[in-house]
Amino acid sequence: MSKPIVATTSLAGCFGCHMSLLDIDERILDLIQLVEFDKSPIDDIKKFSRRCDIGLIEGGCCNSENVHVLKDFRENCKILVSVGECAIMGGLPAMRNGIPLRECLEEAYLNGVTVRQSNEARIIPNDAELPILLDKVYPCHEVVKIDYHLPGCPPRADLIWEALIALVTGDAMKMPYDVIKYD
Amino acid sequence: MNQIVRFTIDGIECMAEKNTYMIEAARENGIYIPTLCNYPGIKPKGSCRVCSVKINGRMMTACTTPVTDGMVIENHTPEIDALRKAILELFFVEGNHFCPSCEKGGICELQALAYRYKIMVPRYPFAFPQRDVDATSPLLIKDQNRCILCKRCIRAITDEKGRTIFAYKKRGSRVEIGIDPKLGKELTPETAQKAMDVCPVGALLVREKGFDIPIGERKYDKMPIGSDVEKIISHT
Ligand code: SF4
Ligand code: SF4
Ligand code: FES
Repeated sequence: MSKPIVATTSLAGCFGCHMSLLDIDERILDLIQLVEFDKSPIDDIKKFSRRCDIGLIEGGCCNSENVHVLKDFRENCKILVSVGECAIMGGLPAMRNGIPLRECLEEAYLNGVTVRQSNEARIIPNDAELPILLDKVYPCHEVVKIDYHLPGCPPRADLIWEALIALVTGDAMKMPYDVIKYD
Repeated sequence: MNQIVRFTIDGIECMAEKNTYMIEAARENGIYIPTLCNYPGIKPKGSCRVCSVKINGRMMTACTTPVTDGMVIENHTPEIDALRKAILELFFVEGNHFCPSCEKGGICELQALAYRYKIMVPRYPFAFPQRDVDATSPLLIKDQNRCILCKRCIRAITDEKGRTIFAYKKRGSRVEIGIDPKLGKELTPETAQKAMDVCPVGALLVREKGFDIPIGERKYDKMPIGSDVEKIISHT
């Protein structure tokens, strides 16, 4: 029987959840015995080369590109897992949700202490190539159907490990109290 | 002598003094009924509904109901657990709870209850409401984003002269906690700390300190909320 295929991506996140996946330490050797990776920053495969079994999503949706990638994952993966607070509730990027978009951009490009000098032309980037920012940062399950959620900022390596093993083997997930944390 | 009453919780025979509030009576019998707006030593309010139990078949709040003889109480059933879970999820979507950046993480009662009930994600859409932070008091910050309107601060905190410092302001869905502008400026460090301790969440924070217990060693990092009470372990 062929190995289950895993894909991963980081949307509006900080890559901390991917780092947490690497924190399974030497179990990564077991993992590559168990699964194959397709599109993922881990192997730098940029495009899906085949249909995958499990997609791990880090980060929420803050721009049109995030939405595009997330929909692509939904189409190409049988099971989608939201990994981490940003994917589940928008996380730190969603702290902008109470602030009007114009104000965010002006702070980032015109008024912030670190940009006042460096942006002499006072330009807010607006090239047609750039992804459009969404009005708010959205959790992934408000954009596409997500099958499982692993909370944490980042989720504990043990939680990601257990979830992957449960998904691959079909066994129920053990959920010891101290692996489920929101921070 | 005070009269002793007998009742059952989930079929377990219990005894307590007549007129004891059910939360306390259950605790004395080693049974945990989850609470959020309740606080030992202040009059119960019944505002969060997390302590909902079925008494003789009817849903009621355990924090405001005294036990009486022969009561049949259901605390830990699939129906009640589902209701409590839904209430907790609503608290999360109705405010802005960014736990990773919250100083109360690990000691927050709302978060601890969500862990206890193994909430992986709220099933309702996030409202992302626009809420303010009040930093007018030199010793205390009030972050309305995390307030669950439990009124514990209003009920428990007064200054040395017995004057209340916190009050509700605005109405309906915009209701929020206000700090008396004058008394807020005159707070003693002890009262500010007491307010932070009384608040079940991270809505009241003492300024210029925080994150003083490392992750992994905070109150609810290892043991679920309520496990100090429980003789009968019934984690959901
Ligand atoms: S108050 Fe509690 S639930 Fe809300 S953000 Fe802080 S730790 Fe999380
Ligand atoms: S500030 Fe804290 S104690 Fe006061 S009502 Fe809000 S959550 Fe309750
Ligand atoms: S603890 Fe009883 S209603 Fe809040």
